[in-house]
Amino acid sequence: MTRGERRNLRNGLLFIAPWVIGLSAFVACPIAASIWYGLCDYSVLKPAVYVGADNYVELAQDPVFWQSLRNTLYFAALYLPLSTILAIALALLLNTGVRGMAVYRTVFFLPSLTPMIALAILWMWMLNGEYGVVNHFLNPLLAPLGLKAPDWLQTTTWAKPAIVLMSLWGVGHAMVIYLAALQDVPRQLYEAADIDGASWFAKLRHVTVPLISPVIFFNVVMGLIGALQVFALPYVVTGGMGGPARSTTFYAMYLYNNAFKYLRMGYACAMAWILFLIVLGLTLAVMRISRGRVYYAGT
Amino acid sequence: MLERDTQTERNRRFARGNRRSLLIHAVLLVGSFVFLFPLAWMISTSLKPIEQTMIMPPKWIPEPVRFLNYLNAVNYIPFFLYARNTLTICILSTAGMVLGSSLAAYGFARIDWRGRNIVFVIVLATMMIPFPVTMVPLYGIFRWLHWIGTFRPLWVPAWFGNAFNIFLLRQFFMTIPKELSDSARIDGCSEWAIFRRVVLPLSRPALAVVALFHFMYHWNDFMGPLIYLIDQKTFTLSLGLQFYQSQHGGTEWNMLMAASTLVVLPIIALFFLTQKTFIQGITMTGLKG
Repeated sequence: MTRGERRNLRNGLLFIAPWVIGLSAFVACPIAASIWYGLCDYSVLKPAVYVGADNYVELAQDPVFWQSLRNTLYFAALYLPLSTILAIALALLLNTGVRGMAVYRTVFFLPSLTPMIALAILWMWMLNGEYGVVNHFLNPLLAPLGLKAPDWLQTTTWAKPAIVLMSLWGVGHAMVIYLAALQDVPRQLYEAADIDGASWFAKLRHVTVPLISPVIFFNVVMGLIGALQVFALPYVVTGGMGGPARSTTFYAMYLYNNAFKYLRMGYACAMAWILFLIVLGLTLAVMRISRGRVYYAGT
Repeated sequence: MLERDTQTERNRRFARGNRRSLLIHAVLLVGSFVFLFPLAWMISTSLKPIEQTMIMPPKWIPEPVRFLNYLNAVNYIPFFLYARNTLTICILSTAGMVLGSSLAAYGFARIDWRGRNIVFVIVLATMMIPFPVTMVPLYGIFRWLHWIGTFRPLWVPAWFGNAFNIFLLRQFFMTIPKELSDSARIDGCSEWAIFRRVVLPLSRPALAVVALFHFMYHWNDFMGPLIYLIDQKTFTLSLGLQFYQSQHGGTEWNMLMAASTLVVLPIIALFFLTQKTFIQGITMTGLKG
């Protein structure tokens, strides 16, 4: 190693030193401890006692665990496609060169700034079965069909869709990202497609989607990781209870309750590692599915 | 003859284009209505006397407009104390996040050292880890430090940077021409001086994005304060709102909506003040993350 190389190594390490210290203290050590606690009976108040795979065995037989997992997958399966399609659709509309684009963009984006807690309280009020403004507008529309709007958050069938609906209101964030991606698609490609007589749909399928596919891919992966950890919204809406009848007990909520309500921290760590494996598995699955379908310009 | 044909053809195309843009506007207007409705409803409810909150069909502009709700709302919970707590946490952790992340980002972007790329892969890998995995041991560590119930667990870790922001800033630092560093080095600048006097000043937009988003994150954060804060005097706004609501049993909606409006307002104001940086930031975080 030359003197310059040695100096660079020293300087480089000095610059990243704070991060390395933070990583060890707040990430690496906790990860190691978490693996260990997952194999222990641990309540934070007393030292951990090794119990082998007991936590994992118990989880396999815990009906609430399975229900929270089902609820979470249900949420992700509904929210992810809906939010992706809605965000792209809005971005496409805004990208038509329509006048007042910046104003519309702001309008659609504003709700995503709303703090989760304010959002939850607001929607609880709006979705109230008796006094809620949503049902007030919905009931007259449903009446001719002989239907009645549900008491959203109080029924096991509609509570989860209601939470999806609330979350969709924040889709403006993703929309702005897609819009920026759409604006990067070279004009000439559309002009070339026009000369070939391509229809609107053909252009969407063969030009737009392939060119923004890396952005779609990234957003779907991040959205998936976020959806599997959904916490604040259902926690506030149900006062931490996950009701009615555990229909909104999501994975992260049950995990939180185990750790900090029941002080079963070992059990919570075991749950966290299962979550990690699910996140990893699903992310790899998305990568696999998208392989060859995501187009990277210049690579 | 030919001239007139192209003229009518042009008119027809113009008419078609017009119809299309009308349709787009119609869809977007309906969408805007749906997206703005909840916010409008929140503000409208916040100004109503309690009897009028339940009236259907709804009255959008209450009579009389009751600004008193806002006064009652801020007095019902120690609103300004919670606002100060939230701000303290936001400012301390944002300052730390910008400094910590830019230091590490500089080390990865502007200095060429052996093993750099391998270490950087570790940075990226840490983004994959869900928070619940480290949640319990972190609580244990902070408990051991006697930090539970203080603001420290909420802002101290930020000073060491985080993977996502390091990544973002590294991308930005790499776009700054190497020649600038080289000429500074020839002038006898140390690495630290180059970082402070050359790279940081040139990276203001990226630093602003990191600061803005981190600030927003902490303003809205619910889980962190929920885990680490115990004493009601140390609560943040998001915790305070919830506490307020459960005390009320969800009845006095006008007051709740007034309080919610007050929590949302600073963020919306921040957005309008920094709109350009904001949109830039979202694009940056979403496209290149």
